[in-house]
Amino acid sequence: MSDIPLTQIDEFRWKIEPTGGMRVPGIIYSSRALMKTADEGVRQVANVAHLPGIVKASLAMPDMHWGYGFPIGGVAAFDLDEGVVSPGGVGYDINCGCRLVATRLSFPEIRESLKDLVAALFRNIPSGVGSTGVLKLSEKEQRHVLVEGARWAVGRGYGTESDLETTEDGGCLAGADPEKVSPRALERGRPQLGTLGSGNHFLEIEVVEDIFDPEAARAFGLERGQVTVMIHSGSRGLGYQVCDDFLARLVKHVRTLDLNLPDRQLACAYLHSPQGKDYLAAMACAANYAWANRQMLMHWTRETFERTLKKGPRELGMRLLYDVCHNIAKIETLPVEGRERTLCVHRKGATRAYPPGHPALPDRYRAVGQPVLIPGDMGTGSYVLAGTERAMAETFGSSCHGAGRVMSRTQAVKSSRGRAVARELAERGILVMASGKETLREEIPEAYKDLDAVVDVVHRAGLARKVARLRAVGCIKG
Amino acid sequence: MSFYRLIDHTADLGIEVSGDTPEEVMARAAEALFDLLAERDGIRDAESRAIRVEGEDPADLLVNFLRECLYLYTGEGFLIRTARVRMGEKTTLEAELRGEPYDPGRHRIRMEIKAVTWHGASLEETLEGRERWKGRVIFDV
Repeated sequence: MSDIPLTQIDEFRWKIEPTGGMRVPGIIYSSRALMKTADEGVRQVANVAHLPGIVKASLAMPDMHWGYGFPIGGVAAFDLDEGVVSPGGVGYDINCGCRLVATRLSFPEIRESLKDLVAALFRNIPSGVGSTGVLKLSEKEQRHVLVEGARWAVGRGYGTESDLETTEDGGCLAGADPEKVSPRALERGRPQLGTLGSGNHFLEIEVVEDIFDPEAARAFGLERGQVTVMIHSGSRGLGYQVCDDFLARLVKHVRTLDLNLPDRQLACAYLHSPQGKDYLAAMACAANYAWANRQMLMHWTRETFERTLKKGPRELGMRLLYDVCHNIAKIETLPVEGRERTLCVHRKGATRAYPPGHPALPDRYRAVGQPVLIPGDMGTGSYVLAGTERAMAETFGSSCHGAGRVMSRTQAVKSSRGRAVARELAERGILVMASGKETLREEIPEAYKDLDAVVDVVHRAGLARKVARLRAVGCIKG
Repeated sequence: MSFYRLIDHTADLGIEVSGDTPEEVMARAAEALFDLLAERDGIRDAESRAIRVEGEDPADLLVNFLRECLYLYTGEGFLIRTARVRMGEKTTLEAELRGEPYDPGRHRIRMEIKAVTWHGASLEETLEGRERWKGRVIFDV
């Protein structure tokens, strides 16, 4: 635990008073129990508060854990004139995110075929370390991917127009300029489009287990026993390289700014500077690549369901419920202390959670709020929540993104030595297939904070409200 | 595993390396990176690659060097078995990296290392007798 003094404001909020170079306070949403695993994340919340132009407070969600530069679960917004953008506030996996696909199937209809489904998904969806896809992307075609995002994928036959309506920002971030992406990043990205990746990325078949908010569930098209698919992936090597390239540039650049930052990984550039604009233009390319990627992964999931279950698209009704990104910096207009302001919001391991009535939401969700997708770790399933006014007023329209690690990967591998993780999960009714032997052990459920506890804080603090809980039944991992 | 120590970071993974000289720390750090990334025993030192790197200070140089080493794999599919480093004027270095191109049939990749971070990176001389130079770096995995 860090030595930074914390004051508890109410049941779910802790405050770090601004000291030293901190320009604003830090506010951590958590619970007494979760604060015990807060580790170095607290110091990082304070570090982020040192950045120029930060508005209101440096925030952390209850799944906060130690990152590098920003904590994972960190949210910070910056003034466009006086503020900065920081690649470390987005992370290496730019637009890592998830999408949830609803189906018309109920669990009993797939129970017999579950094993075949998982095996077929594992075959049809490239996964694993450095996995390459089936697509031979030309340089010219790649530029279209980077500018158009999910729309490119739909145009090439991977899905339908309606998928774009239920993707955050329509699956395309404006301002993308492929000229700002390095040859290295482009080269790494070309063979990897249409791949799941490794680590904590997964594709999971999940069944709706509980409904907490029937009205919102109806609007989202969710009911008990229904089969869904959760896809968690990002921008692959292209995004990592964009982040790496710009961090290196900004580590140098930041020396000319006389900012005296507590961590080099917080390297940044003013939003109005050429360096800041270049990063945002390259970051948008990586975000669009990630959306195209998830769109393709979903398309192959649909195809796999059709072939394996021998059912047509109408019968399966595989509809994109929503797609959210949880590693991103975006220019958004938000209320700050009663006044609308346009800010650059960094969400590093945090999800946008817009309230009912927001114009960015598709018609069918407008009355209940944005679907907020919270994937758990391998085997624990996921939550679907809905955005609230409270999040808009307090956290720049943001909520948590997952469970958050409590155990390092090496600790997890050590503590699971001699255990057959896949068999343990199978005994709990979850079929898992993974390309990497160690991935399963790194990702054991105990390595993560209790998802129920994290979501409970978010719900009770009013940052999003619980709509449904999904139980995992089948999972493929890299 | 004896030539480096793992630093446990909740989300990620770091290494701590010692050496008699900064060059030795650099070389060992590169070898440690590939020991984490792949089964290093299976990598032959059949070919070599030469790189030149600059940094603003020793820690920055260490990070930049490892970033280039990682790119040899992620961008060019080259696996490093051994590294030899010569520091130049100010904070520059030249390195000879021996290894071979990645062959999925023969090499096993142990984990994806997304990036080398600047978070908590250091390279400094300590007061302890042998292997006085210590380097630390955290990888995003």
